[in-house]
Amino acid sequence: MAPPIAPHTIDLTINGTAHRLDVAPWTTLLDLLREDLKLTGTKKGCDHGQCGACTVLVDGKRVNSCLTLAVMKDGATVTTVEGLARNGQLHPVQEAFIARDAFQCGYCTPGQLCSAVGLMAEGHAHSAEEIRELMSGNLCRCGAYANIVAAVQDALAAQSTQREAAE
Amino acid sequence: MTTVTPFVGTPRSRVDGRAKVTGAARYAAEFDAPDLAHGWVVSSAVARGRIARIDTDAAMAMPGVLKIFTHENRPRTAWFDYKHRDQTAPPGHPFRPLYSDTILHSGQPIALVVAETLDIARDAASLVRVLYETEEHATDLAARRDTAYVPPKKRSGIKPPPKPRGDAPGAFTSAPVQVRQESRVPAEYHNPMEPHAATVVWKGKDGIVVHDKTQGAQNSQSYIASVFGLSPSKVQVVAPFVGGAFGSGLRPQYQVFLAVMAALELERSVRVSLTRDQMFTFGHRPETLQIVTLGAGRDGKLVSVQHDAVAETSRLEDYQEVVVNWSGLLYRCDNVALTYRLAQLDVSTPCDMRAPGATIGVFALEIAMDELAHATGIDPVELRLRNHTDRDQNEDKPFTSKELRACYAKGAERFGWSKRKPAPRSMREGSELVGYGFATGVWEAMMMKSSARATLTPDGRLTVATATADIGTGTYTILTQIAADALGVPMEKVTTLIGDSSLPTSPIEGGSWAAASSGAAVDAACRSVRDALIGLARGLEDSPLANIDPDRVTVRDGRVFLTADPDQGLAIDAVMAASGVDKIELEETVLPDPKTMLTHAAYTHSAVFAEVRVDEELGIVRVTRVVNAVAAGRILNPKTARSQILGGVVMGIGMALEEEALHDHKLGRVMNHNFAEYHIPVNADVPDIDVLFVEEHDDKVSPLGVKGLGEIGIVGTAAAIANAIFHATGKRVNDLPITVDKLLDEA
Amino acid sequence: MNRFGYTRAGSVAEAIQAFAAHPDARFIAGGTNLVDLMKYDVETPDHLVDITRLPLDQVEDGTDGALRVGALVGNADLAYDRRVQERFPLLASALLAGASPQLRNMATTGGNLLQRTRCHYFYDPATPCNKREPGTGCPAIQGVNRNHAILGTSERCIATHPSDLCVALAALEATVLVTGPNGDRRIPFAEFHRLPDDRPEIDTTLAPGELITAVEIPAADFGAHHTYLKLRDRHSYAFALVSVAAGLAMDGGRIVRARLALGGVAHKPWRDPAAEALLSGQPATDDSFRKAADHLLSGAVPRSGNGFKIALARRAIVRALRQAAAGTPQSQTDKRIQ
Repeated sequence: MAPPIAPHTIDLTINGTAHRLDVAPWTTLLDLLREDLKLTGTKKGCDHGQCGACTVLVDGKRVNSCLTLAVMKDGATVTTVEGLARNGQLHPVQEAFIARDAFQCGYCTPGQLCSAVGLMAEGHAHSAEEIRELMSGNLCRCGAYANIVAAVQDALAAQSTQREAAE
Repeated sequence: MTTVTPFVGTPRSRVDGRAKVTGAARYAAEFDAPDLAHGWVVSSAVARGRIARIDTDAAMAMPGVLKIFTHENRPRTAWFDYKHRDQTAPPGHPFRPLYSDTILHSGQPIALVVAETLDIARDAASLVRVLYETEEHATDLAARRDTAYVPPKKRSGIKPPPKPRGDAPGAFTSAPVQVRQESRVPAEYHNPMEPHAATVVWKGKDGIVVHDKTQGAQNSQSYIASVFGLSPSKVQVVAPFVGGAFGSGLRPQYQVFLAVMAALELERSVRVSLTRDQMFTFGHRPETLQIVTLGAGRDGKLVSVQHDAVAETSRLEDYQEVVVNWSGLLYRCDNVALTYRLAQLDVSTPCDMRAPGATIGVFALEIAMDELAHATGIDPVELRLRNHTDRDQNEDKPFTSKELRACYAKGAERFGWSKRKPAPRSMREGSELVGYGFATGVWEAMMMKSSARATLTPDGRLTVATATADIGTGTYTILTQIAADALGVPMEKVTTLIGDSSLPTSPIEGGSWAAASSGAAVDAACRSVRDALIGLARGLEDSPLANIDPDRVTVRDGRVFLTADPDQGLAIDAVMAASGVDKIELEETVLPDPKTMLTHAAYTHSAVFAEVRVDEELGIVRVTRVVNAVAAGRILNPKTARSQILGGVVMGIGMALEEEALHDHKLGRVMNHNFAEYHIPVNADVPDIDVLFVEEHDDKVSPLGVKGLGEIGIVGTAAAIANAIFHATGKRVNDLPITVDKLLDEA
Repeated sequence: MNRFGYTRAGSVAEAIQAFAAHPDARFIAGGTNLVDLMKYDVETPDHLVDITRLPLDQVEDGTDGALRVGALVGNADLAYDRRVQERFPLLASALLAGASPQLRNMATTGGNLLQRTRCHYFYDPATPCNKREPGTGCPAIQGVNRNHAILGTSERCIATHPSDLCVALAALEATVLVTGPNGDRRIPFAEFHRLPDDRPEIDTTLAPGELITAVEIPAADFGAHHTYLKLRDRHSYAFALVSVAAGLAMDGGRIVRARLALGGVAHKPWRDPAAEALLSGQPATDDSFRKAADHLLSGAVPRSGNGFKIALARRAIVRALRQAAAGTPQSQTDKRIQ
């Protein structure tokens, strides 16, 4: 039998907190979050990049954490659903999801939220049609899509109002 | 500030919303325990036969592997079948994981690898080697159609088809207009976003706490206690959040059996999560083949309805659902003959999936009705109106309420149905054919015996508790609204506890009965607490309320006072302190009214209007609008109610256009067992959906006048879309899903 | 998933060396396909060489309007790159037709070329598959083959190549730049992917240990006369049943030169210069388009469940050429087919 494979030491900043972690090469970012760090807000819906429930932001970009090997992200900054609110104040997307009833069972919701935050940063979605297309990487079996689109529209509107105010 | 009630009937955001948007809500696989071990399931590669050899040596040799359970070393469980039968089990022999070397279906669990960590369990599982002796299997329902039989034993709660009335075949023969529709609904898998999982927390002599993905904590609890011979007091099932279920969590599924088995044997906490692939290895909507024949006069009035269905079941159990009865119920007709038969395949036992039976049967009926509309030249909505009935002819009873005609009228108006040109292929825009389709939806309105407890403390906080579940339906929120109204407190002052087997008895959360049942129980318990509080206030000496008629008293915002003179009253804490009590806690049990159940039939109804656009050349379908008008009695929370209907419609779009388990019949295996190839709708597939609730007052169906909403949204949706596609293209596709290959005209 | 070692390469040379040091190593970048396959035990490498830190992540202008895309440029970054949007909109469109926003953020240009098939059997180790386990057979030929190949199949394999990007790269006549133990090579795109023949386990002509460093795309003079038309079972986040990349150099109503590639129909992006030649000098009419389509599909062989793909592909080609000729490329957001 092959000798055991040594873990690798990596640095990750997760939701603002610096972590030094020993990870096996095969540990995905998703399993690291859920199993090792007990950050179970990030969900495992398929574990194969086919549903988007595991979506987190890595260096500000939305990615499927289930297909991300943690060892490869040494030095990265990770934001999960647990890190979206600041000082107990919900992120505008979180507020909008509650106001629009953009979820039912809640299991796809963390991924939808991180995906929406990523979408807002990307700046390619403006119309409802564009939001639908660019939120299509997140399945919702409860079928809350229409409300998700409305919530993202609300958050985008709040974002542009904020920007205008800042200018 | 005065609390403005009622909360019931007004749109309210979910009380569990914050927990769900912050990641704080914990699902079955997310509860932690000291020293938690992880199980990984090994699934059968073949559909039928036996395990000749199972070699676990290489897997066991992997450091960190604790034990590998197979049929060869599994612990003993209860001997008799009835001990393995849960509340919702169909007649037959319930599946017992790892019971023997017999393989009954592809994907059957055949081993559980338990290890110190999830990755060790997973990686060791890939080293388990299995040698099978295969036997000839059958997974093709069409090929087994001639083996179909009438299930000898009926499933509890499932009405078999009514006896034939009149002479349906004879009336058909002489009918001026005849329609025959053969249709097929394929096997569909529930695929809630949360895969099934169970975390069993080992508490030594105190027993186990099981976090299971379940729609019935008490169903799981009694199953576990019965199968493993445990005292129910040593088994607590706690499932506060359920990541969708749609029926897949009605029966205790094999993850909970395996996790409990391993925990008891290893005397430590164990978690078992299924993979997405394994979500295709148990219950599913059964593939069903149907024939509907309708005979009618030229005026469209039905003179004969015949509906025959053959559905798949497993070799173990006679799974049954109500598929054909709807055809004798929905429209007035004096000559009706309905049959429902099963054919056994080498598959897992099907399982109730959102509006079980109705989704399938109403699809078949409503595409036939659309054909009848086409054949008679009568508008599809008008045809339904002409055949409207105010009596359930299957049981010869009136309805508790039926505002279906209002659904037709309001839905048609909102949709703009009058703009529809009757002829197929008569509406187009650019390269697309436009189609308007319509179908009726129907589902049972049921109420079940249910208990709840309410506890009022001097600080004016109210806690209500009942064992039911919230699978995304909004149970937490409506129960909170009901409780807040009863005691006149803001919703923030109410804590709702559900999803726990130790709470007052509730039925499983299914069948759309939770709101009517648990809602009534919570209402009753809160009213009793309110009455008790008023009783205390009236009994106090020097009280401004002493001996006042209780009807003249209001409880609101932490005070008990005279309705006519709010200054005359007492604070709740003062009443309780003066009475020497530190809380008022009462439990109540509600039942459906047995007399009404005998004398009346209770159903929810809907009218579904769909617009599709079909690329004429390429056959690509877009659903561009859906209007669903629903009559469901009293709507407790229009916001979460609308979401229930939206969800049903989206699943209906999936059923119409996308969902199908693709079987390789040579291998006896579902091949598209993942989210990349088993398509469910994505955001880009879903248009604006307009949901309307029509006024429907019902003082008979349940104490709160509630009918339930979980299922009705999906019923009729697939038919409305199929009918819209027919209207757009002139092509009738009755084999779901309606994919592009079925719409391409021969080139 | 099996156990494997890991090396983070600091340079191309280091990556090549680390790869050679292990009997069954793989390069990993985006990981969107490799990690997926490893979790299904379809890929079982003993070592991963992480190339994400290599300096191969730039989009650079080449000579004569060509674009040189580093192997590590992400799909989303490439799709939204200003030069790609302006000069190679066909490429941008194909990229945005694929996968999901999250996957496009992860997946790289080089990795996209090495995507493996979505054949159900290939993905399921409980079943035989000549591509996964040579010699075990191909159950797809008589099994579930609705989304399998109609062109260039063999009796050993009827799998398709699932990429969208590659269909556009085929039409754009890109060149794949590779380096390896035996030095650098340039592989014309048409020669990069191979047909299954009797070795379906081999997808490409890449030699063991070779690493894709860049893709070079020569200037395209289609102007607005291009399209990427993808037909699938749902409107987003699904693999193509049939896709068509088309680019036309037009002179008024006449086609000067045409490029046409199909996805979802073969083991590689399907191109036939003879079909394109049929369009040269022809008027941009349905009649011309049909002739090209018929030629392109002339060798198509239907299986039990995918015969519809022939009719679908034929119409999709005509439609795509119509879109390209009209200068109305298919939107990847508006699901109405132009």
